[in-house]
Amino acid sequence: MNKSSKFFRRNIRDYGMFIALAVIFILFTSLTGGTFISPNNISNLINQTGYIAVLAAGMTLVIIIRHIDLSVGFLSGFLGAVVAILMTNYNIPAIPAIIIILAFGGVIGLIFGFLVAKVGIPSFVVTLAGMISFHGLLLFATQAGGTINITDHFFNEIGNGFIPSFGRIAGLTTSTLMIGLIGILLFIYFQIKERNIKKQYNFEVSPIAFFFAKLVFVSAMITALILVLAVNSGISWTLVIVVAVIFVFSTVLNKTALGRHIYGIGGNPEAAELSGISVVKVTIYVFVIMEVLTALAGILFASRMQSASPTGGTGFELLAIAGAFIGGCSASGGVGTVTGSLIGALVMASLTNGMDLMGLGSSVQYMIQGLILVLAVVFDIMTRKSRLNS
Amino acid sequence: MGNIDYILEMDNIGKEFPGVKALDGVNFKVKRGEIHCLVGENGAGKSTLMKILSGVYPAGTFSGKIILNSSEQHFNNVSDSERAGIAIIYQELALIPELTIYENVFFGHELKKGQFIDWNETIVQAKEMLKRIRVNINPETKIKDVGVGVQQLVEIGKSLSKKVKILILDEPTAALSEVDCDNLFQILRDLKEQGVTCIMISHKLREVISIADTITVLRDGKTIISIDATERKVGEGEIIKHMVGREIEDIYPKRKDIKVGDVCFELKNWTAFDPSKGRKILHNIDFYVRQGEIVGIAGLMGAGRTEMALSIFGNTKHYDIQGALYVNGAKKFLNSPKKAIEEKIAYVTEDRKGNGLVLIQDIKFNTTLANLKRLLKGFFINQHEEVNLAKKFFKEVGIKAHSIEQSVGTLSGGNQQKVSLAKWLFSAPKLLILDEPTRGIDVGAKFEIYTVMNELVKRGVSIIMISSELPEILGMSDRIFVMADGTITGILDAKDATEEKIMEMATA
Repeated sequence: MNKSSKFFRRNIRDYGMFIALAVIFILFTSLTGGTFISPNNISNLINQTGYIAVLAAGMTLVIIIRHIDLSVGFLSGFLGAVVAILMTNYNIPAIPAIIIILAFGGVIGLIFGFLVAKVGIPSFVVTLAGMISFHGLLLFATQAGGTINITDHFFNEIGNGFIPSFGRIAGLTTSTLMIGLIGILLFIYFQIKERNIKKQYNFEVSPIAFFFAKLVFVSAMITALILVLAVNSGISWTLVIVVAVIFVFSTVLNKTALGRHIYGIGGNPEAAELSGISVVKVTIYVFVIMEVLTALAGILFASRMQSASPTGGTGFELLAIAGAFIGGCSASGGVGTVTGSLIGALVMASLTNGMDLMGLGSSVQYMIQGLILVLAVVFDIMTRKSRLNS
Repeated sequence: MGNIDYILEMDNIGKEFPGVKALDGVNFKVKRGEIHCLVGENGAGKSTLMKILSGVYPAGTFSGKIILNSSEQHFNNVSDSERAGIAIIYQELALIPELTIYENVFFGHELKKGQFIDWNETIVQAKEMLKRIRVNINPETKIKDVGVGVQQLVEIGKSLSKKVKILILDEPTAALSEVDCDNLFQILRDLKEQGVTCIMISHKLREVISIADTITVLRDGKTIISIDATERKVGEGEIIKHMVGREIEDIYPKRKDIKVGDVCFELKNWTAFDPSKGRKILHNIDFYVRQGEIVGIAGLMGAGRTEMALSIFGNTKHYDIQGALYVNGAKKFLNSPKKAIEEKIAYVTEDRKGNGLVLIQDIKFNTTLANLKRLLKGFFINQHEEVNLAKKFFKEVGIKAHSIEQSVGTLSGGNQQKVSLAKWLFSAPKLLILDEPTRGIDVGAKFEIYTVMNELVKRGVSIIMISSELPEILGMSDRIFVMADGTITGILDAKDATEEKIMEMATA
């Protein structure tokens, strides 16, 4: 038992986020008399988290290499407006419009990356300038009639639609149940496989009781989520996109040379450079990825709103940055995971959602969000210190 | 015994970290006004002991007593120990590069007139302080514009301005050239005259012997012996024996059947201009290395040795370069480290923490970072292969750690250096440039690194070794290039070389 308590203390940072999320869920459930975990609201919450989670995934890479991107909020708003204009004013079909917007984001990322990495302007300044300019561009784009309504059905499905249900079993959507089941099996399979590989190499693994507890806990969470979703319309397209983005960038960070280079540059840029890694190139790649994801977030948001408005994207950058920090990114670089940032984004979105349900005004909401961010980072620093000492 | 005047007695000191006994009943007594050297391998407990003395580890976190001027002390933090007249100067200097010398000297204890800083008085006192440390530089110079030797002295000046009684120096000469070292020692002798007691941690035994009044050896957290060096001359071998608990017959392992091949790397008329400094840093260098030999590059600090290595290894400092570089007879333009690595050149940097390793990552990550290509299977890193290879190199260079998943920042200097070595061996180099490969690491680890070097040249790898330690240059090299002021001032065959000849060329 002593061994597992030691292990727990050393890895508390990794579990801390889940615990915080669980506390938030329990708290809001009791404060809202159960409305918070009603199927309708969970479905809503996921779609609200969607665009922030996508931004937080990109922000993770940016923060790991010791940069920041303040422009993602208004850029996503602006690109959302552009996609709306393309579809409504120029009658471009949804798919080409989406591709154009993603490419547009990529080009902006290229420019940002060039200014930061090649010209050497601090990313804070470059993206602050971007934030201000994109705010202007957003207002300019939506100037004519204020809000631009989107009528394209396919486009609006992205933020509001669900995957085909293939009928219902006991009142629950079939496809969702199947996916949930497959998801749990895959999760357990990969966890066991990874543990066995680690054991084979004599690496430290979590105590067996812990491992089982984790399997049971995560499986239970997925089951609960799937059941809640299956009562309603099932898995939304937004959730599919978020899971895909998280999966792709987790894989990039953990399993590809680019991912190693990103962590290397974040940990020590000079050492990375002298290891034959082009810091300039990697920095440009990261900003391109960030801005393409920003375009995706803009699309998700516009689709969800079925419109683009002059206030679209306001404050998203702060939620994404806060999510990344809550999710374990270190302000000094080199540390962070995409899944962590997803949880961080979920924490921020749950706070907004829960407080909205309680009818709290935005004044109180902002104060509480700020407080949570500080608490998360304090907790992070404390646990890091205690880990160093042990 | 009672009539000896001890300024400091550390009595039966014990300190435990989770899982490790860092200090175990250490007794450490320092006489008033002496220069007391503390030696021992890395991990022997020297730094821990000094951190206890300077209040970094507060009273209560260790056992035993600190007695200063016959009264027991309880330091709760660093300012407590400073108030008692104890100052510590770390290997990594704590000066602010963008501030001037006088601002740095009084940083944290500014001279005030009322609420405001009295700059005139500050400058006057700083001038006096500079005279005391024999530095003839305008105190209005910024720290970043003076050499590391002067910085070291300024740091000492800073503690003098705090009326220090016991000055602790942690590896003060690690980054200094011979001239700067002599300078520093002269100052320490001056201070001794003025009644300041010095405790110096050092790995350089020759220096220790030349300056110490008392030498205390620590090993595995215990005091092994305290030798009075004023009465008789102490030998290096004697100290090493106490440090490692065994005799190392020869610090420099001998190579057998050296087979030197053809010239594999050559610089012709190599000249580099540093735009950031606005001057030429390398002048018309002609230099070559043959396969399977160790070429030593000797010289003083600032002679241009590291600059030469950087200009070869992908020119990351963006010097304007003229001249030609040949690898196996073919002219090459290596304008990024990547290209240099492709030509099978590797560079183990001088500053392993600053630009050598990613400290927050583990041994495995660092080992494979410079040549991930070797592990790629399609888009993905073959993690199975990675673990196997990382383990292989881990063993080959003899890293002491609990696994390849231990983060590099938690390793001792010697083991970090071995990780650097493993990292570049992983890139399978034909030419390995080692910049100060054994700086600040202990005798045992040094020996292991030398052994790896010998093994490499036996396999046909060529090595360029930049070193400020003359015995190392003499002990390891086949040929020696001496540099001064950005030029090569001499080439010596190892068997004809002596320290005197090298120093003569280095100061030419």
